[in-house]
Amino acid sequence: MIGIVNFGLGNLGSILNSLNQIDCSAKILENPKEIKNSDRLILPGVGSFKVGMKNLIKNNWDEYIYEHTKKNKPLLGICLGMQLLFEWGIEDGGTKGLCYFKGKVDKMKLNSGRKLPHVGWNKLNFYNKHPIFKNISDHIDYYFIHSYECIPSNQSDIVSKTDYNNEFVSCVSNGFSVVGTQFHPEKSPPNGLKILKNFSKWNGEC
Amino acid sequence: MLKKRIVPVLLLKNGRMVKGKKFNNYVDTGDPITAVKIYSSQDADELMFLDIDTDSRSKKNFLNTIINSAKECNIPFSVGGGVKNLEDAKDIFLSGADKIVINSSIVNNPKLLDEISYHYGSQAIIASVDYKYNISKDDNEVWIDCGKKNTEISLNDHIKKIEKYRVGEILVNSIDRDGMMGGYDIENYRNISKKIDIPIIACGGAGNFNHILDLFNSSEVSAAACSSIFHFGDYNPIQIRTYLKNRNVGMRQIK
Repeated sequence: MIGIVNFGLGNLGSILNSLNQIDCSAKILENPKEIKNSDRLILPGVGSFKVGMKNLIKNNWDEYIYEHTKKNKPLLGICLGMQLLFEWGIEDGGTKGLCYFKGKVDKMKLNSGRKLPHVGWNKLNFYNKHPIFKNISDHIDYYFIHSYECIPSNQSDIVSKTDYNNEFVSCVSNGFSVVGTQFHPEKSPPNGLKILKNFSKWNGEC
Repeated sequence: MLKKRIVPVLLLKNGRMVKGKKFNNYVDTGDPITAVKIYSSQDADELMFLDIDTDSRSKKNFLNTIINSAKECNIPFSVGGGVKNLEDAKDIFLSGADKIVINSSIVNNPKLLDEISYHYGSQAIIASVDYKYNISKDDNEVWIDCGKKNTEISLNDHIKKIEKYRVGEILVNSIDRDGMMGGYDIENYRNISKKIDIPIIACGGAGNFNHILDLFNSSEVSAAACSSIFHFGDYNPIQIRTYLKNRNVGMRQIK
């Protein structure tokens, strides 16, 4: 069963709908203790890093998420969910994140030809392979909607970057069971749904 | 490279889909939930629902339509119509919308933009602006309440003001061109999209593929919203995507 962490941010219904469509058993978790019964976790979310972390810590989600990944069970962070996997969010004076990845999350820079947020369909330039992209061709576009970007300190954590008049990091993996996508697989049919399907079968090994 | 988007806009009235001309003379164009299924399968990039039922807006029916549509829609789904306060917005998000479209409240209660952005993030807000050309002032003016009330605010001033709030996109809709299928107000979109750092969605006037090509080639807008071209033009998003791609407009790669 895939548990979807409900920490009060984002359209969780759309993730649940997408998982149901590809016959994955999934549940929106209202209580961190339910994480124990989940084989895999999705950390979703849109909006603010600060509010996101506050909500995670307030209800002890963080402790149960750490316990989950210690057993090498898979965790997928989507959009804000990926950003929260980093050490530090710069927004509103700075907030400590879940620290799976060394590095920070900062506002994307406006430069010529760039409008913010980065919203719409864009492709991934792969730097490393990852099992969630198994049997999916490399030139597919996925749906993005964000104004902040993850800046990992370790280049080896980068699975893909995406070009928006300068590249930013669009997928990260810690080499173990934690993976994050800046784009929304649940909003990117049909291949985004294949990513979720791959995740639902992934054993957490890279 | 970020791709250009085609966004079908579905207008709702009493739970049915409608389309008019210049915000008037609406005719029934079918069942919205069937339309959502069709547009999703025809590779639209996003979908937008706008409830224009200002006289007898039955909130419960409207929300039911959203709930049932969201289940069929796994592309980004924006919903608007009569959002006056945070409660209205919450109901729409809980019904399955990814983004909310705010129009009259930008003029009547601009604080609402900050409130929604605090809870859902600025990316979840599409600021929507309806405008009409005023010949005596030689300027575009902003109209609210589904095109019934002239605010006499200049379009450019209004958009500059919106840029200061935190919103994810701005939908700019020409009332004069609505449903006329004679092409977009290109000059206006070129000016706005050059000046504004927030993505612009152009709306009003698409009648054939070339109108959309023209819009993307002559302005920096991020998306083309269309309605009549699908209802009355016998075209679908797949055909438009192919046409644009063959003419070097970046469209999303699906396979």
